[in-house]
Order: sequence, then C-alpha cells, then structure tokens
Amino acid sequence: MSATFEPQIVAFCCKYCAYAAGDLAGSMRLNYPPNVKVVQVPCTGRVDILHLLRAIEEGADGVYVAG
Amino acid sequence: MTTANKSNDVVGSVLVVGGGIAGIQASLDLADSGYLVKMVEGQSAIGGVMAQLDKTFPTNDCAMCVISPKLVEAGRHLNIDLFTTTEVEKIEGEAGNFKVTLLERPRYIEMDKCTACGECTKVCPIDVPNQFDMNLRERKAAYKLYPQGMPSAFAIDKRGTAPCKATCPAHVSIQGYIALINDGRYKEALKLFKQDHPFPAVCGRVCHHPCEGECTRNDVDQPLAIRELHRFLADYEKQSGEFYIPEIEAEKRDEKVAVVGSGPAGLTAAYYLLQQGYGVTIFEKLPEPGGMMRVGIPEYRLPRDILADEINVIQKMGAEIKCGVTFGKDITLESLKSEGYAACFMAIGLHGGRNLGVENEDAPGVLQGVDFLRDAAMGKDVEIGEDVVVVGGGNVAIDVALTAKRKGAKNVTLICLEKREEMPAWEHEIEEALEGDITIVNSFGPKSFFIDKGNKVSGIEFKTCTAVFDTDGRFNPQYDDNACQPYFGDTIIVSIGQSTNLEGIKEQGIAISRPGGLEADPVTLQTPIDWVFAGGDAFYGPKSVVDAVSCGKEAAESIHRFINGLDLTEGRDKKWEFVKPDIANEPLKARTTVRCLDPEARECNFLEVSFGYDENEAKNEAERCLKCGICSECYQCVDACLAKAVNHDMQPKRTVVEVGSVILAPGFTPYDPSKHAYYAYANHPNVLTALEFERVLSASGPYQGHLMRPSDHREPEKIAWLQCIGSRDINQCDHAYCSGVCCMYAAKQTVIAKEHSDKNLDTAVFFMDMRTYGKDFERYYNRCKDEHGVRFVRSRVHTIDPVEDDNLRLRYVNEDGEIVEELFDMVVLSIGLAPNEQAIQLADTMGVELNSHKFAQTSDLAPVATNREGIYVCGVFQGPKDIPQSVMEASAASAAAAKNLSMARGTLTRTKQLPPEQDVAEQEPRVGVFVCNCGINIGGVADVPAVREYARTLPHVVHVEDNLFTCSQDTQDKMKVVIQENNINRVVVASCSPRTHEPLFQETIREAGLNKYLFEMANIRDQNTWVHMNNPEKATEKAKDLIRMAVAKAAYIEPLHQVSLDVTQSALVVGGGVAGMEAALGIADQGFQAYLVERSDQLGGNALWLRQTWQGEEIKPHVTALIDRVENHAHIRAFLNTEVIETGGILGNFTSTLGTGGETMTTVAVEHGVTIIATGGKQYEPNEFLYGKHPNVLSHKEMDEAMTAEDPRIAAADSAVFIQCVGSRNEEFPSCSRVCCTHSVKTAIALKKQKPEMNVYITYRDIRTYGFREDLYRKARELGVIFIRFDQQAPPKVVNGDGDQISVTVKDHVLGRPIEINPDLLILATGIRPNENKDLFELFKVPINAEGFLVEAHAKLRPVDFGSEGIFMAGLAHYPKSIDETISQAQAAVSRASTVLSKPSIMVGGVTAVVDADKCAVCCTCVRTCPYNVPMIGPEGHAVIDAAGCQGCGCCVAECPGKAITLNHFTDQQLIAKTVALFTECVTA
Repeated sequence: MSATFEPQIVAFCCKYCAYAAGDLAGSMRLNYPPNVKVVQVPCTGRVDILHLLRAIEEGADGVYVAG
Repeated sequence: MTTANKSNDVVGSVLVVGGGIAGIQASLDLADSGYLVKMVEGQSAIGGVMAQLDKTFPTNDCAMCVISPKLVEAGRHLNIDLFTTTEVEKIEGEAGNFKVTLLERPRYIEMDKCTACGECTKVCPIDVPNQFDMNLRERKAAYKLYPQGMPSAFAIDKRGTAPCKATCPAHVSIQGYIALINDGRYKEALKLFKQDHPFPAVCGRVCHHPCEGECTRNDVDQPLAIRELHRFLADYEKQSGEFYIPEIEAEKRDEKVAVVGSGPAGLTAAYYLLQQGYGVTIFEKLPEPGGMMRVGIPEYRLPRDILADEINVIQKMGAEIKCGVTFGKDITLESLKSEGYAACFMAIGLHGGRNLGVENEDAPGVLQGVDFLRDAAMGKDVEIGEDVVVVGGGNVAIDVALTAKRKGAKNVTLICLEKREEMPAWEHEIEEALEGDITIVNSFGPKSFFIDKGNKVSGIEFKTCTAVFDTDGRFNPQYDDNACQPYFGDTIIVSIGQSTNLEGIKEQGIAISRPGGLEADPVTLQTPIDWVFAGGDAFYGPKSVVDAVSCGKEAAESIHRFINGLDLTEGRDKKWEFVKPDIANEPLKARTTVRCLDPEARECNFLEVSFGYDENEAKNEAERCLKCGICSECYQCVDACLAKAVNHDMQPKRTVVEVGSVILAPGFTPYDPSKHAYYAYANHPNVLTALEFERVLSASGPYQGHLMRPSDHREPEKIAWLQCIGSRDINQCDHAYCSGVCCMYAAKQTVIAKEHSDKNLDTAVFFMDMRTYGKDFERYYNRCKDEHGVRFVRSRVHTIDPVEDDNLRLRYVNEDGEIVEELFDMVVLSIGLAPNEQAIQLADTMGVELNSHKFAQTSDLAPVATNREGIYVCGVFQGPKDIPQSVMEASAASAAAAKNLSMARGTLTRTKQLPPEQDVAEQEPRVGVFVCNCGINIGGVADVPAVREYARTLPHVVHVEDNLFTCSQDTQDKMKVVIQENNINRVVVASCSPRTHEPLFQETIREAGLNKYLFEMANIRDQNTWVHMNNPEKATEKAKDLIRMAVAKAAYIEPLHQVSLDVTQSALVVGGGVAGMEAALGIADQGFQAYLVERSDQLGGNALWLRQTWQGEEIKPHVTALIDRVENHAHIRAFLNTEVIETGGILGNFTSTLGTGGETMTTVAVEHGVTIIATGGKQYEPNEFLYGKHPNVLSHKEMDEAMTAEDPRIAAADSAVFIQCVGSRNEEFPSCSRVCCTHSVKTAIALKKQKPEMNVYITYRDIRTYGFREDLYRKARELGVIFIRFDQQAPPKVVNGDGDQISVTVKDHVLGRPIEINPDLLILATGIRPNENKDLFELFKVPINAEGFLVEAHAKLRPVDFGSEGIFMAGLAHYPKSIDETISQAQAAVSRASTVLSKPSIMVGGVTAVVDADKCAVCCTCVRTCPYNVPMIGPEGHAVIDAAGCQGCGCCVAECPGKAITLNHFTDQQLIAKTVALFTECVTA
C-alpha cells in the first residue's frame, strides 16, 4: 500500500439521521476527505448485505452503514 | 356553534400563535384536517426551544433529528401560511369569526428570493451574541436562526437606524464604515462613506460631527471619534495613491445641469447628478473651485491638496468646472437655458461679511473676517499689524484669529459679546485658539473705532454686554454703556457674520428671502422659477460642510425628479429615528486621542495641525463602537446577494387575517438566574444554565459537541447539577411551582455528558425530590444511578463560591446532616420554565385570563380551553410540561379549535391543479441534468461548467444546463419549459440536499407533466462543496461522481402511482371510560359516526369513583353529563357488555366484529376509518400494609368512595397516615404512577380542612406534585400535614397492634430514628396498572411494554399514534395520568383521527414495499421484521403488504430470504446502479 493510497469509501446513510448529519456537517463547513460518497437510503434497515458486498466487488475499499 | 344561520359566517381557518413544537403540531393537525392555518412566530424561524435541545429524554434521541422533518413539513405545507418575525396586534370578532391583526417586522431579506446560500453572512461585519446558542458564541447580524431553520431563509437583525447615522445630516452609514474598519476592509468602508458623502477627507477634518453628540458611547464614557475614523479612511486611500471613483451605473443622459458655485453644496449636487447620468457644469466665480472649503477654512485645518483630491474625483466622474465665471455677468439664466441646461442649481455661498455699523468702521486697518481669510487662502498679501483685535465669537472669528497669528501678528485678542459658555464657536475650536495663544475676552460689544492721525484705525472701544439673549432666547444684546473698555491694535478684523453677494442675482429675477438669501422651497429647494433650485449657505445661512452635502443631495434628487416630470415631494418626509441599546454593563473604553502638531510648531506656518489616526489607532477606536443599530447598514450583503433578496428598505407590514378559532402556544422563557448573586451565574463562565449546557452538548452548538467549559475550553472532570433553580422557590420571590421537566432533563444531561467525556466524568445532581413521573422516566433515573454511576444528592445547595482555576466550590448539608464542601469544574443550573413576557402581553391582547403564576388559566375538565370562547391554549403556556405532553395538548387544542368549525372544513384549503401525467412506460430514458451554482456556494468551489459538460457525456443524458439558483422561481418556470421542449422523462438536479429540496423539484416536474418519482438528486453542495472548500479540484471530481451516480439510478427509476382509497368516515372507540367517551364525542361532534365499545355494563370507568380533579373540580357531574351526551348523541352508537372479537382492513377502511352479551353473544360488524384504543387502567390491589386485613386500611379508591359517602370512619378518625408508592417504583413495577402524590396531598388537605386538629402524616419517597400541583404540596404543609420521607429499602412497617390499633413505624429522615404512629386511618397510595387486554391488543397488533402499557409510535412527537396507521390511543392504557391529561389525550386522538376522517379519500402507495407472490415462501420473516406490523399472510397464501400502512423503510426487503419483496424507488437494481456507477468511469460518447 503506497503512502498516497486513498481508500474509496461508500456510505449508506439513513435519510432521517446520518444523511441529515452529513448535511449538517455541510452547514457547519466541517471538512472531511472527499473520497467518501454517500448513498441515501430510506432506513438503514433497507441496506442489504448484497449492497455492501457488491460495492466492495466494484472497487470500494470500505463501506459503512450509518443511521 | 349555536345557531344554524350563524354557521354561514364560520371561517374554516385557524390562527396558531407560536412556532414551537406545540404550535407546529397543532398547525399540522389542522392543515391535514381541512383547515387553512395562519401560523405566527416572533422569531425568524420556527422550532422554538426544542430545536435548541441536544437530546431528548427518555430515549436520548437527537432533538433536531426528531423535529426537523416536522419543520420541513410545516414550512412547506400548502395549507399553512407562515408569518415569521410577527406579533399579534389586535383581535376582533367572536368564536367562529375572528379578525386578527398581525404585525410583521421586516426581516430585510425577501423570503421568496432568498435561497439560503449564506453569502450575506460571510460579508457581514457585525458580530452579535448568538441567542440560539445561548450567547455562548457570536453570529452575524445577517443570520439564519439555526442551520435547519424553517423557513429556510436568512434575516437581518436591526434595531432601527444607528443614532450616528440618523443624526448625521448626510445620513452616512457611520456604524457601517466603523464595522468595516474593524474588519480591516478599508476600501469597502470608504466606498460606503462615499455612497452618502463625497468628502470623507474634508469632513474628516472640519466636520462639526453632530453624530458624536448622539453616540451611545457618549452615555458610557466619551463618544467615538467618528470624524477621525473617516478621515483615516481618506488618509489611507491617499497613501495608497489610488482614489475610488464612484461608478456611474446609470445610463448616460442627454440632459445637462448647471451648478452655480463650487462649494460643498454645488459639488455634492454635481456628484449625485453625475451618478444619475446627467452632464454637469459647475460655474465658479473665484479662480479655484471649492467655495468656502477653499477660501473660508484655513489651510492648517484643511490642506489644499486634500480638497483638490476630492474635487478631482468629481471631475473624473465627468463634472466640468469653469472657474472665474461670474453669474449675472458672464452667464445668465437665459444664457444657460439657451445652452440647453435643463436645470440650474444656485449654491453661491456666503462670501460677504457683516458690518458692525459703528463709527469709523471704514477706516483703513479695519478688515472683514471672510475677506481676510479668502485673501490669505488665495495667497494674496494681507497686511496686518502686530496687535490684532478680532471682533466675533464664532468659528470664523477663531479661524481669523489663528490665521492672523500665523500671518505674523504678535498679539491677537478675540473679543465677543457672549460669555465663554455662550460662544457660538465649537468648544474644540476655542481650545485650539487658546493653545494658539489667542486672548479671548468675553461680554463686550463694540462701541466705536479709534483712529489715529492718519485716519488709520488704532483701537476699538467696547461697552459691556450684560445679556446677549432675551428671555425667549432671541438674540437681543443689552449693554451697559457706563462700563466701557478700550482695546488698542493696528488691525481690527470684524467677524460677526456672513452675507451673500446678491449682485447680478436679483436682476435675473431670482427671488430673495427676507433675511437676504435665496428663496426656495425648504424640502424641494425649488425656487419660484421652476427649473432653478437653490441651496447651501446662500439659502439657509451659515452652516457646516456636512449640511451643504445634505442639501446638495436633496437638490440632486429634486433636479432628477424635475427633469423626469416626477412628483418633487412624494416620499420625502422620512423621519430618522433611532433606539439606543442597553449600556448597563458596558465596560469603559477610553477614546483614542489624536496626535497633533505641537502648539509651538504651529507658529507662522500653515502646516496641518491634526495628524489623524494611523491604522492601529483607527482600529482601537473602531472597536469601541456599541453597534447600536445591530445591523450597521454597511450594505455589503446587498452586493454579496446574487439572488437580490436583500432589501434594507423593508417596512413593518400589517395583515388582517380572518379565522374561526385561535390556538395560543407562545411557550415560555428559560428562567434567568443572573439576578441571584449566590449562584455566581452572571459573572462566572463555568456556571451554565441547563439550556446553555444543551448547546454545549449539541453537535451544532458552539463547541461542536465537545464537552468543554467556557472559561478555558478544558474538558471538565466533575460537573454538578443544581435542581429547582427558579422553581419551587418562594423565599427568593421566584416561582413557586415545579417546572416539571428539570429532574428528567438533568438526568439526561448527566448521561449524555458522560457519553461525551473521554475521562471518567463525575456527575452529581443536587435535588430536593426526584420527579421522574413520566413514562419510562423512573427506569431512566434508575439506570443513571445504577449503570452510569450518577450521584444524586438530596440537598439544596445555597451558595456557589468561585475558587482558583475557574473552579467552583459547593457547600451543602448531606443526608446525614454533615456539612460537605466539594469542588467542581463546572456547575449546571437546572433552570425552570418561566412565564414568557410576550405571552403575557399576548394574553392581554387576546383577552385571555392568566393564573397566579402568569400562565393561561384553564380548567381540568376542559384543559385546552380559555375563558374566551374560540381561543385555545397548548404547550408550556398552559402550564409547565415536557414535549410529549405539549404535543398531545397541541393535538387536543387542534381538535377543540376545529370542533365548531366543521361546517366550514375544506372551504379555504388549497389544492393543486395538475396537468395529466405523461406515460413514459415505453420510452427510453431521456435524462435532463440541471446543475446548480447556488450563487457561489457550489460554483465558487467546484468548476460548474466542467461538471455540466461532463454530465453531457453520461448515458441517456439529453440535456444539461447550469443555473445560478436552481430553486429560484424563474429557474423553476424555465425547467418546466425545458422538460417539455426536450421530451425529458427523467430529471436529475445536482444542487443541495434532497431533504430540503426534493419536494420542491418533484412538484416542478409534476407540473411539467412528469410523475414526481422520475426524479433524482445529487447533493453537490451540503455534502461536497461545503465540506471540501479547500480542495476545489477534488470537489469538482466528486461532483462529477455524484452526478454520474444519480444519472445511473435515474436510468432505472420508474413512475409510481398512488391510488385513491375511499375513507369510511367513522371511528371505532374501544373503552367507555372518560378517555373513550371524550374521544367518541369529539369524533361525533365533528359530524362523523363513532362506535363506542365498552366491555362492562356501564360507561364511566374509573371516573365513577373519582371525587375531584386536582384543582378541585367535581368529577361526578362531568361524567354524568358525558354519559348522557354519549347515550343521546345522533352520531354515537354505544355498545355495552361488548368486546371486539375480530378486526381487519387498512387505514381508512377497517371492519371489526363486535360481540355483545357474553355467552349468548350477538355480533355486529362495523366499518370504520380509524380506531381509538382507550381501554383504561385500574388500581393496584395491594397485599402489603395490612390491606384487606384491617378495616381502616384503605386504598385510594376506597378512600375517595368513603369520603364521597361521608363514611363515619373518617369523621371518627383523629389521625391518618398515607403511604406513598404502594405498588409503584419497585422492582416488580418500576414506573411511577404519577397521580398518587397529588391525590394523597389533596386528600390530606381535605382531611385537615374537615378536622384541623387531626394528625395527618404522609410517608413518601419523593413528593411528585409536578407543575402547579406544587401549590397543593405547599398548602398541605401550611395546614400542618406532616411529611415523613423513607427509603425504598426501609419502607414503613405496618402491624396490627393491641386492640386492633394500626401501628406504623417509619424512620424519620430528620430525626434519624424510627418513630411509631398509631393512626385511625391508613391510606395506601395505590399505583395504577393497565387493564388486562392481551387478546385485544394482539387482535389490533398494538405493542405493549413490560408493564403492559401501550407503546406509542414515538415517545416524543407521536404520543397518541401507534406505529400502525389509522390507530390511536388515549387514557390510562397508555400510561398513568390525571383526568385532565386523559381528556387532553382523548381530544388529541380525535385530532389525529380527524386527519384521516376529514378526507373522503386518501392517496396510498408510492415508496412502498411490494411482494412478488411467486417468490414468497411464506416464511413470515417480513411479518416479524416490520416495525409497523404491516405485512400479513393473505388469503391467497403469500405475504401481502398493505400500501396504506407501509412506511417505506425497506426492512422487510433486506430481510426477505427469498428476495420476494421490492421497495419501490429504492430497488436493489437502483441502489446497486449507484455504486457500480461510482466505480465505473463513463465512456465519453
């Protein structure tokens, strides 16, 4: 793993809480690395193991579910 | 409503005052039930105190997460008209038809244009305490109350115009340029000054600064050096060498204007006329321009180059200045007219002197002051002798004296009529004269000049002036001719006034006023010759430069109007008023002195005396500004706002609304502990109020959720909470009542603080009684103690002493009676809920009565009604309460408000007319991508054109564009056209968050004929440019990624169709107690059918044995009346001896089978749209404390019955003991039964009243007389009821003693030893249990908790709803509550039910789960998974998910092992398409 390695992260976020927190981070102009991409889900209960594995298969270095 | 003909006038609209959670809930219920809501909020956004909270108890949910969907819903609701920054001014009319006058304060930002991009905030130089963050940090004057606030628009905080600006004749935004100096933005500051005044440098030296006289700093110490500050700006500019030339934005015009006179008035008029696009020529008689600024003000005060620079700017703007041109000789009105001048402004000044009119005045050696100054200024040789006498006491005389001195005079004596303190010259000029060695002689008037042999003047004789002004203050000097004094000198300079030279003026037909000046209209400055205007000194007499500037501006305005044929007077009567801020605690800050040329160094030269400020001095001085106007009117926001939403000219607006009912929910004020020195709150930063601590804990608060103390931002290791601050306190004249929420919020704060702490945070709560009486509160309290190790110390702390290291020392007496001292890093004051001043005012306006605590007066049997018919209350204004109780009451108020308006339901509500939807089923995806710049919020970081062009290359994309603001109305209109023109059938908007904007864009595409689900958003602002500001390249790339993901999903999205289902407009109510009867009547009174089912043989439930409400209202008559109304109501069918034996169906269409009569059961099926469960509770049957074993041991119920029946045991008793918490707050049943303390205290009072000598004891663990019930506790103690506290581990011992005498032994906590009482009566405060209804609850699939109480959909905001749609609850089945609270909840259930019943049909479907019957293996996983109990196995043998009940969470989809379930709009295919797209670079087409 090189020193410049930047993992690509996919985040599945519940629209009521974690996605809202993502927006709040924006309102507060907090900085975080741009290699996190958020996918909004209606509830973290909707997230299927399939979605996580498929993301990794496609090339994600990390996946997280937040809600 | 009483009569039928009256019903015609009923208005189907309700006014809701207060935008907190109670107001929001009431508004939503009403708007969803067919009423138009007018919602009024005083602040700039709704949300109230709940929006300020961090977490909520007892679930520790994030308050903002919970409330923000409600905010959006209320903010966007078609039938809620939101009035923010608004107060109610007046109400007229009566129930059913009120006319209410609303006064909306300007927010200075137009809401329909504001896109909430926040650019105004970035440029605003004014910092003010952020009240939302409880002043723990600052915000700007241009602000949004909080990030999630609704309406999502900014506002500007103003306190009128600042005194300085209001007072300045030119109305320069003084506070504005000072704020900009503070910010180091000197260029902007100078530009701002020059908006209203062309001479910052000149006036920076010579202005008489009337502004400083009104400066609020002057009331504290000394005024700001306002003049020096703008001089600094001009000096700074001069140093830079680049002069700001105002841009001429207006189009060049053909009309020319002639200005006669190049003094400040003439130059100013030219300056503004040029900006309007006119050609301007200035004619000047003297060889150089500048008027009195050039020839009247000595150079040591105003250097020539400074003046020349400022005149030069006006020339660069395009003014032509012709010097040496005399009006009346070289030019005339006629010649100007013939040269094509459209207007002429006469500003010729006062260049002549005034004579004394005494003997020998014409002798050589007698000079006129203005002539002398002019000659000196023009560099002419002026011959003066060594001894100069100046006659006059004004500013000109002083200039003359100082100039004479500099011109070589040895002795200069200034002699004037006035006394020193009466002299018209300004004080600082007089002082400068004294510094310049000028002798000032007062109270002499000239009598005659002495002349020498050569007829040259040699002196002047003065007579004593005894009075300058008469009793009316008019100039009318009186002399004593006998007291004369000669003064000798070789030059006498007369400087007693000025006159204008009218030579060549009169001849032109120009009118002359009586005092000998030019005549013109005082407002418009128009002379009798319509195209000729007059101003400046020649018009109004000698004044200052700034007055001339003001006059020149007015002249320019008049001339502009004249040329354009506009009304010259309209709108010119503006009054400049100001309000000063409170300066009570303002620290002193000395004025920064100006460095000056040493007095000795001034001799015989004309070097500038004052050096002005350097940058540091200017900043020091600027910092002293008190920001009187809050907004400084620096207008930076106007330039920054690309949406052109800022409007500083907004005025207060009155609106009259017509409504049928009014709901008041104005809330409370957090108690302010600063008046009590012993809390050390006012001056110790580490003593916080609980609300401040909420902001400390909040992730969006001042410390971003990091636990730290304000003094040093160090993480505290030990925090104390002090309870009952401003509550339960009569000694300090505070509030006597219990605030009801503080025990619980303190417990919550201890837990959350511990969660936020890396260290082992020590938390201690100092309390009197722990009042955790709400649902699941006692469990929470127990967990705090047992699991989190929170220390609860039963002690009232009286003093907080600040000690070293910003710590605090608490001294208290512990339970063992020992005095303990303990140090804490931080103290949180659990402040109470105090009455709100605005609410008190509102109650007065509304004619609503308040109780002795200044909250709304209500009755227990009509808990949301006020004394005035048609006006209802809810929330804390009704009495201290927590959020669920407020929400419940809000729904109750909504039901009460709607009750009499049902005939007008739906008459004022709006519905959208929509075009038919296009069928896109067979079409290939044609995606349109709209990329938003969001002003510069996105475009300023990411490369939007590059993103846009990239989007063009994505599959299926047929159209791309970028917009400044995609959400603005004009872009929305354009989008609709673009969609239709390009046959777009999928729309992607790349902008902000779908949470706030998806509904708006969905509405737009629906209006363009597309199904609203054919829409997808890419959040490239909140989750991209706002968080990657420092990395524009990466932000651009991420924007592309996010759009690629959105487009990928868009290719798979499909239209979803909601279907309309008819609603059966009737309700099934289960349970015939007070809750059930109130609910049934509420439904029936609105005209809907109600079926009331009661399993016993009579209606009434527990209320049949209850005697009085806690406020002493008789319950029996009320219940009897209720039963009577239920039995006789046309819309109620009551079934006694009946149980529900079957139920089925979906929201809006349930069918239930009712079985009556036990074994010989008859059944009937009823159809109903909603169900209300009110199955009640019962009292705990004790097996302890001799209950059932001794005749004089009574339960609560038996005691009430005995008292009602006037049982002889009561009259015979000489002593009584109550034991609290019987069957409550123990291991078996952890909950507090909430009502027992009040009931015992009330009963004890009744006993004491009947027989004052009776010994009445109440043994208790914590007395929980919450809210105003505390009054009863106080009264009981006053009456001599003895309260003995015991520990749970050591309950009272009750035995049957000798002769059947009851013996109660309890350890007294004060004496510390057991005491034995032998009462005649022992009353057990028996707790409350829910009624046994296991089968029924299973039938309705409603959940219950461990104690058997029904579980609501959400502990805070849905306290009446179940998770399943269309089913509601009320009464004891939910949790123990008093009768008033039961009535509230029953009314609330009616309101919630009405949101369904009020519609003939409802739309269902959309984002819901659907089952593929072929794949379903009937494993029932979905049935078990669904949090809302929606899936069931249908008659066809597979799972069925009812669209009306499905909440669209998708849990079942993820869990289904057979993949038989799909969640519409979030299909696997759609979600996976996003991740696939993220990792697939697009192939450029």
